[in-house]
Amino acid sequence: MLTDSDLQAIWLTIRLAGITTLILLLIGTPIAWWLARSRAWWKGPVGAIVALPLVLPPSVLGFYLLLAMGPNGPFGQLTQSLGLGTLPFTFWGLVVASVFYSLPFMVQPLQNAFEGIGERPLEVAATLRASPLDTFFSVVLPLAKPGFVTAGILTFAHTVGEFGVVLMIGGNIPGVTRVASVQIYDHVEAMEYGDAHRLAAVMLIFSFAVLLAMYTRRSQPRREA
Amino acid sequence: MKRLSALFISLLASAGLHAGEVQVAVAANFTAPMQQIATEFAKDTGHKAVLSFGATGKFYAQIVNGAPFEVFLAADDTTPARLEKEGHAVPGSRFTYAVGKLVLWSAKPDFVDARGEILKDGKFNKLSIANPKTAPYGAATIETLKKLQLLAAVQPKFVQGENISQTLQFVFTGNADLGFIALSQVFKDGKITEGSAWIVPGYYHEPIHQDGAILAKGKGNPAAAALAAYLKGDKAKAVIKSFGYDLR
Repeated sequence: MLTDSDLQAIWLTIRLAGITTLILLLIGTPIAWWLARSRAWWKGPVGAIVALPLVLPPSVLGFYLLLAMGPNGPFGQLTQSLGLGTLPFTFWGLVVASVFYSLPFMVQPLQNAFEGIGERPLEVAATLRASPLDTFFSVVLPLAKPGFVTAGILTFAHTVGEFGVVLMIGGNIPGVTRVASVQIYDHVEAMEYGDAHRLAAVMLIFSFAVLLAMYTRRSQPRREA
Repeated sequence: MKRLSALFISLLASAGLHAGEVQVAVAANFTAPMQQIATEFAKDTGHKAVLSFGATGKFYAQIVNGAPFEVFLAADDTTPARLEKEGHAVPGSRFTYAVGKLVLWSAKPDFVDARGEILKDGKFNKLSIANPKTAPYGAATIETLKKLQLLAAVQPKFVQGENISQTLQFVFTGNADLGFIALSQVFKDGKITEGSAWIVPGYYHEPIHQDGAILAKGKGNPAAAALAAYLKGDKAKAVIKSFGYDLR
């Protein structure tokens, strides 16, 4: 039913979303923790920068990334001097772009979860002489688990649905940067509406299933509380 | 008060001058010339052409689904023919408004030689092309590379733009050393505006006929008919030529 190139695009999309989610878990957690705990005056500006991808049109983000990662851009010159070449038109270029693009979808749910824990459990842990790192892993992580699940699912799903940014910096290379959303766009452009419908249906079912899983979880009453 | 009423009268008068309005869907590669033509069209006829730019395939989908376009200037000749067959274009209104020319272009001066030998040398990082499945310039690119027997050699270096504007963007920003684009994008007043280029001779590919048509929604709109006539006139033809298109 789906062609080989459709399956290739789906697999590529899953890989991109999976790697992006893992990287954002590592980067987003400390940022969210800092945003939740800090009282520094520049907490506001940092929070605003993290939220920017929510507001900016993907074409703007994609265009800036194309310039910044290109041979004359600051980031492109950095990667070139490291011997990595330039990132546009590569899978890792898409990963970098997706990390920017999906950043708020990781940070904001985590920040909410961390803020929801409050001071009390941390103070108790401190009086029991737990080190900050210990506190984080044995108190914060278990308490913030629902936040991590939401953040992970949202980040993954949002990266799967990414289109404008990929279009701007990907170059539509099969197996490297041609993700499912671009493949659908291609089918539509080529007036292959049947193929477009089939792949679009897969995406639609996937998105619905993800959101359904999340909302069902959320609406269940908490047993432990 | 007198001044205010004078202002009203002049506003009304100018509204009267813009006797009609026509919604036009324009292929991305024809953006610059069409903007110039629309300005002169307004001056000469009083009609206003409201322009939308985009990919031909996308316009097709929109038109079939009821988009309010009245005139369509496509990047190919098959899409207007198909629209006419399906009853979305006024029968017999199709005409070739321009014949596109393909060019191998680089943003760097002295990078592309006058015969396109650089394709054989292979001393470039990426070759930006328009999606051959959807863009006529992309299809012409593949045809040309096949004739040159270089397709297999350069294919690993392809990056694809979704339309000819994006194909140019990849080269323009320096992310791709080379790209096959429409001459009209880098040509003005009879010469290449910047960078270096090889204008691909016409015998390397089927001619890129860009056809226009009056759409069903524009039937009976005098401004639509006026625009179609204007595009066939000498003034518009001179503009079209100055942007590096051929005429039929």
